[in-house]
Order: sequence, then structure tokens, then C-alpha cells
Amino acid sequence: MPSLSPNDLSALTVTLRLAGLTTVILLLIGTPLAWWLAHTRWRGKALIEAVVALPLVLPPTVLGFYLLLALGREGFIGRALGAIGFAPLAFTFSGLVVGSVLYSLPFVVQPLQNAFALIGRAPLEAAAALRAGPLDRFLTVALPLARRGFVTAATLGFAHTVGEFGVVLMIGGNIPGETQVLSIAIYDHVEALDYGAAHLLSAMLLLLSFLLLVTVYASNRRWGGMMR
Amino acid sequence: MSVQARLQLELGQFRLDVELDEPAGGISALFGPSGCGKTTLLRCLAGLTRAKGWCRVDGEAWQDDARGLFLPPHRRGIGLVFQDARLFPHLDVAGNLDYAARRAGRRAELAATAELLGLGGLLRRRPDSLSGGERQRVAIARALLSRPRLLLLDEPLSALDLARKDEILPYLERLQRELRIPALYVTHSLDEVIRLATRLVAMDAGRTVAAGPTAELLARLDLPLARRQDASAVLEGRVEAHEEAYALTMVRVGEQRWRLPRLDAAPGSAVRLRVQARDVSIALDPPGRTSILNILPARVDALGAAERGQRLVRLAVDGGTLLARLSEHSCVELGLAPGLAVHAQVKGVALA
Repeated sequence: MPSLSPNDLSALTVTLRLAGLTTVILLLIGTPLAWWLAHTRWRGKALIEAVVALPLVLPPTVLGFYLLLALGREGFIGRALGAIGFAPLAFTFSGLVVGSVLYSLPFVVQPLQNAFALIGRAPLEAAAALRAGPLDRFLTVALPLARRGFVTAATLGFAHTVGEFGVVLMIGGNIPGETQVLSIAIYDHVEALDYGAAHLLSAMLLLLSFLLLVTVYASNRRWGGMMR
Repeated sequence: MSVQARLQLELGQFRLDVELDEPAGGISALFGPSGCGKTTLLRCLAGLTRAKGWCRVDGEAWQDDARGLFLPPHRRGIGLVFQDARLFPHLDVAGNLDYAARRAGRRAELAATAELLGLGGLLRRRPDSLSGGERQRVAIARALLSRPRLLLLDEPLSALDLARKDEILPYLERLQRELRIPALYVTHSLDEVIRLATRLVAMDAGRTVAAGPTAELLARLDLPLARRQDASAVLEGRVEAHEEAYALTMVRVGEQRWRLPRLDAAPGSAVRLRVQARDVSIALDPPGRTSILNILPARVDALGAAERGQRLVRLAVDGGTLLARLSEHSCVELGLAPGLAVHAQVKGVALA
């Protein structure tokens, strides 16, 4: 029975912490953003949608490169943080979180936006006519009707962050226990020709990804009938 | 208690320009052809679509552009029944009713209202397992439970087949009798107007063209209503007795006695009769022996404009007004003119 080395174990922990935190932040940012995109009639909407979707087509290294410049000591974010007494974010766990949030943004925003658009205005108007204010309508009508979208968004956001490689490599480097994630640990094992350890981690990632996707599809099926 | 409004809206080619002043009690039908702006007017009153102008319900301003006032829908206290019910799919029937009742502080009345609309056995059902008629009954109950100060019904029956309509109409008739708040009922069905509406607001091309008691407006010769094939007059009467041997019912309208096919109504109860203009003919002399059951003395009140060889004639009869669709030829031959005493022969009369 092969077992994980302490180094691999910490890579697993870092990965899960990173993915979990990123998912929570993305849901908090993505929900209002998706809501706005689903309902706005502003003409510049396409611009924002394109920015959100950029990570889908951009090579992760490009995103990582610009983040590295921005987050480093001389970058505009790094300087701003420095001015208020914070260390630069490059090569830190917080830096990874920032990168992951940007990198996985479309995977959370798009399912939510679709879910909100699918609900349409009709049930919200019905709720408004029943004395429900805007927040009340959102919490009691939009959220429950969009829950499939939330499950999809959370799962994809989490899974995509777990699978991240290029961005992490560019802005996080490879500091064990701090910024070394599973995908990079696998790369290291392969570089060192330790195929056994690479196998173990790869199989874990494969299984995790598969289980997450099963969750998405199973939940869509279970709730599918009710939404009609 | 009333609803008053003066609203204007431009939507592309369409222009809405309406004046409304309807009292509370009973149902006012907003009636007109498709695309005349009925639903848009309803949405403006609900606050879901923003028009220019003002509206007041029960003396309280809901919108007044002059004062920069616009109450959002959830602060208006409207009961809105949509054409497509719009029940919340994630809640069962009880959940849908409770959604309204809780926000209006009316949870104690939930059971009674559900009973009123015959929903007792459906409370645990999901909206997608209900028939169209059941869904619409839930929607009506939900709207009533939100303690509305203005009830708005947007063609609640139009998506239903005949059997489903008959299932809901009795509940709406009950509302019409018991309602103490203003209710606006959008429809393009003359049947529904005649059955339900105390008052009628006729709309055409984005404008309110006339408003008044239903019977009065139906008898107007200058409104688009008069051009319909099923143009009708309504009469208010009271069941006098049944003639069981012939399966007939005697109904008194004013001092005049009418005979109708046996009605399922107890003597003394009020009924509304509908007489279609095409079922009424005119004779100058009292007809001799004839099979027609209802022949009554009448006086020509007004003649409509001749159109394709036909003319609509309004007749004053005891207790109300009748319309008769006659050929232009007959009108000339008989020398029909306002004031002339005639005999109206009514071939068909039905309960509205």
C-alpha cells in the first residue's frame, strides 16, 4: 500500500485549502456579478462578460505572468499593498488565492449567470406582487431556483482550482507547505523520475475530479424535474 | 375606495394613454382587442412597468410624477393574478400560499382561503403536478392572501380550456359578489365580461374609450363592442317560479315576465340574462300565434350606423335595454325611428 510522503500530504492540504477558500470567495464575488450580468441592460455588458471569460482562452502562464508583475514588489498592487504596510503577494499563499480567483472566475460566474437568466423576471415579479422586497425576492425565490447553478458553479470553481498549474507556477513558485500544490508536486515527481509517487497523486486528482463531476450531474438530474 | 389613474407610456410604436376612475366593489373588466394595452395598463398599476403620470388607490398615491413619487410593487399591496399563474416551482401549494400570507400577516386565514378556492386536498402538491385550472385557483388564493388593496387579474382564464374555465368561474363570481376592494380584470372575452364584470372599461389602441356599468356600455351603439358578431345586452332579473311541466323558469325583469329554459336557481334569486343582438327581431303589430316564447313591448331608442346592409337597433324594454341586429332593408320597410313602439321577439336568452 503506497502512502503519501509528508511533502505530498502538505501539497494536498495546500491544494484543498486553496480550492476551498477560492470557491468561497468566488461565490461571494460571483453571485452579485452574475446577478448583475443576468439583469443589466447596460450596453457595455459585453465588455465585462469578455473580461470574465478571458481566463477560458488565455494561456494560464500569460495570466500568471501579468499577476506576477502586478503582485510583485514593483507591481501596482504590490506597491499599493506596500504603502499600507503589507508584504507583496507574489510567492505567498494569499497571492495564489488572488490568482485562482481570477483564473476560475468564469467557471463560477457563467453557470450562475445562466441560472439567473433562466429564472427570468416572471417569478421575481410574482414575488414582488406578494410584498417581497428585492433582497427577500433574491433569497427566497432566486437562490432556491438557481441552486443547480450554485452546485455547478461551486463544483467547477473548486475542481478547476484544484487542477490549476500554470498560474500557480508563475506567481506561487514551488514552496513546500506554502505554495506547492498537488499538480506541481506531480510535476516535481515526474522530473525526479519518481513515477510511483506521481501515479499516486495523479490517481487521487483523477478520482477527485470524477467524483466532483458526478456530484454536478447527479444533482442536476435530481432537481431537473422540479424546475419545469 | 377606488382606483384612479392617468398614465402615459411609449413603447416603440405603441402608445398607452389612459384615464381610469373605477370604484371599489365588484369587478371592473378591462376589455378590448389583443394588443390594445390592457396588460400594459395592469403592469403600470402594479408598478412592474413604469409609465408617466399618476395613480391613486383608495385615496393613497402610488405614483405621482409631479411629486417624484413611485411606490415599488412590493409596497403597493396589490394582488396580481397572471395569465400563466406563476406559482413558485420550488414550493408546494401550501408553501406558495404561505409565502403570501406570511408577508401580509394573514397566516391565520390561510386554511379558510384555501377552502374558499377548493384547495383543501392540494396543499401538499407541487405546482408542476397541478392542472391548469388548479394552478390558477392557487394563484387566485395566493393573491387574496396577500391582503391586496387592489386586485389585478390578467386574463386568468385565457390559457384554460372550456372545462377548466367553468371550474374557476364560480369562484370568480363569488369574488365579484364579496369583494370590497377594487378589482380590475383584463379579458378579451365578452362571455367573461358578461358573467363577471360589474363595470366595464373599454380599451382600444392604447386608450380607454369608455367606462361605466356593464349593461350600459354593452348597449352603447358607438363603441367597438357593438360591431362584434356576439354583441349582446344584459338584463338583471329575479327568478319568479319554475314551470316544471315544460322545464321552464319564469324570470321577472322590471314588470316583464320572461320564460327561460329551466334554470338551476331558487325562486327569488337574482340572475343576469344575456340576449344576443342577432336573436332579437322586431314586429310592428303584435305577432299572432307564434312559437317564440318571449315577445315584449319595446320602444326604439336609437339606431346604429348601417354597416354592410345591417344595423344595430337599441330598444328600451321594461327593466332594461335590448339590442337587435336587423337588416337595413327591414329598418327602412318598418320605418324604424327613435320613439316608435314595437314588439321585440326574442328567439334566445341565456343566463349570463
